[in-house]
Amino acid sequence: MGAKEEQTLQAIEDRSLFEFARFDEEAGERIGYSDYSYWGSTIRMFLKNKTAVIALCAMIALLAFTFIQPYLPNQKDPTKVYIDPNTGRQLMNQAPNSEHWFGTNSIGQDLWSRIWAGTRTSLLIALIVGIWEVGFGILFGALWGYVRQLDALITEIYNIIHNIPTTIVMTLLAYIMRPSFKTMILAMCATGWLGMARFVRNQIVIIRDREYNLASRCLGTPTSRIIMRNLLPYLVSVIVLRIALSIPGTIGWEVFLTYIGLGLPVNTPSLGNLVNEGRRIIMSPSLRYQLVFPAVVLSIITISFYVMGNAFSDAADPRNHY
Amino acid sequence: MLRYTLKRLWQSAVTVFIVITVVFLLMRLLPAEGYFEENYDKLTPEQRENILRSLGLLDPWYVQLRTFYASLLRWDLGKSIVYRPKVDIAVILKSKIPYSVRFGLAAMSISLVAGLAMGVSQARYKGKWVDRIFTGYIVFINAVPAAVYLIFIQLYISKTVGLPILFDRGRPISWILPAVSMSLGGIAGYAMWMRRYMVDELNKDYIRLARAKGMSGTAIMVKHVMRNAFVPMAQYLPASVLFTISGSIYIESLYSIPGMGGLLVDAIQRQDNTLVQALVLIFSTLGIVGLFLGDVAMAIFDPRIKLARGGGAR
Repeated sequence: MGAKEEQTLQAIEDRSLFEFARFDEEAGERIGYSDYSYWGSTIRMFLKNKTAVIALCAMIALLAFTFIQPYLPNQKDPTKVYIDPNTGRQLMNQAPNSEHWFGTNSIGQDLWSRIWAGTRTSLLIALIVGIWEVGFGILFGALWGYVRQLDALITEIYNIIHNIPTTIVMTLLAYIMRPSFKTMILAMCATGWLGMARFVRNQIVIIRDREYNLASRCLGTPTSRIIMRNLLPYLVSVIVLRIALSIPGTIGWEVFLTYIGLGLPVNTPSLGNLVNEGRRIIMSPSLRYQLVFPAVVLSIITISFYVMGNAFSDAADPRNHY
Repeated sequence: MLRYTLKRLWQSAVTVFIVITVVFLLMRLLPAEGYFEENYDKLTPEQRENILRSLGLLDPWYVQLRTFYASLLRWDLGKSIVYRPKVDIAVILKSKIPYSVRFGLAAMSISLVAGLAMGVSQARYKGKWVDRIFTGYIVFINAVPAAVYLIFIQLYISKTVGLPILFDRGRPISWILPAVSMSLGGIAGYAMWMRRYMVDELNKDYIRLARAKGMSGTAIMVKHVMRNAFVPMAQYLPASVLFTISGSIYIESLYSIPGMGGLLVDAIQRQDNTLVQALVLIFSTLGIVGLFLGDVAMAIFDPRIKLARGGGAR
């Protein structure tokens, strides 16, 4: 046995080298503490994107304005038909002027007030349907994707609801009760969540058997925790983009329903029936302002949500945080 | 996998049965006035009752349902009532489906090729001018309602390029404009999602490792990023192919193409019960098969995905 090894043995026996260190709270804080919070960083990253912040402000301002507009001075009634005092006839198809800022439509209603009333209706429908779609769609989609015992059942529910034509349901609803804001929301909520659920489900099927989830299952993590902690956070960026598109998507759907004659009645202005009214007179260029104004508002809404969605998707990826 | 497939197919048959039964009963809930269209006032109550009886609509619902299933088992879809009275539905569909499928497939191939190429180049040059221009296109297509931009294309593009404004079966050149304008939305959709999935994928650690070990940029893109990014889109492919049969309601009415677009809506609104039932039967079968094939497509593109139970799955 060499002298060097003897020294080592002695050192091991030397208790002073292996004494428990006193727990120093301050020192622990210094390296262990981090003020990183996922949502905090995400929001900070989002706010750094100037275009997205402008879009967000524009949307808030637009929504606020649709509510304030009726109380401003000199506003017209969106459903009233205006009569020309000189001729006693309806003020039809007036080009934009100082009295009717955006002109009048084919039966003499004021387009400016119709557009704001319509934006309010359509945005409210889109927001309510959107929130429902997000909550219900993500919940169902996550369970559908992850829990295989529920797969057969939810696939069945999805297939049944998805394959019963909306037109029949809407026609029946219109027959039972008059088409209104409420029936529209009811019908759209009944089927709107399907797309979101299928989307989330596909995403979850892709990652449900990745190694980290397998490991989690082996450690006995409950299903709810795997969904909330392992699966959904991984999908935040794509889900956010999908949500951002669902709001303009709902408005587009409303335009389509109006096109096939199942939209809101004409006395409830909405972007759907305004665009369709404008589409009908597209052949006469002098009347095209009736299409341009609602289409511009609709475009602003869509572009804002698209920009916000993409910016938030980028911000939601923790690898982009610093 | 075979067991899983058989189980899914058996379940699908049950679903189709439920769907058409529900639709059958829903159609019977619609008001009887709908069956006469504008002739309602011209007919006496007796005439109306005779018409309803000859259509079998006065029988109790379970008798009607039994007759319907009996003829279905004989592979008989029945005859149209209002849409083209007394014509076999199979004949109507046979004349319409080819148009919709051809246009649908053409539009889909254009949007797949162009859309994926667009998305890939956007992800590759994220933040550069290519990305910005294509993003502008995507935003435009999403922002302007399809009902509006399609009309403008028909009115102006046809004039500037010199293409015919309406569809004409004999002139192949009149196929171009409808097919291209039908694909515009699809191009934007594929490009947008391809970009999103690829950008997310490019951020992952294994890509950084592949770069660090000296793999070339193109090889990373093709072998890793594109393949992984395409998986979530693969789920929708089979359904989109199958649903080319349903046609496009806007395009077909604009260019007067005698296809399937709007046929279902039309049939429901005019209460042509037999036609509605036949269409729902076809569409629901395709929809259900499409969902299943989509799952299979995902499992093919990404072999890590296991559809059947096992391996500690929940």
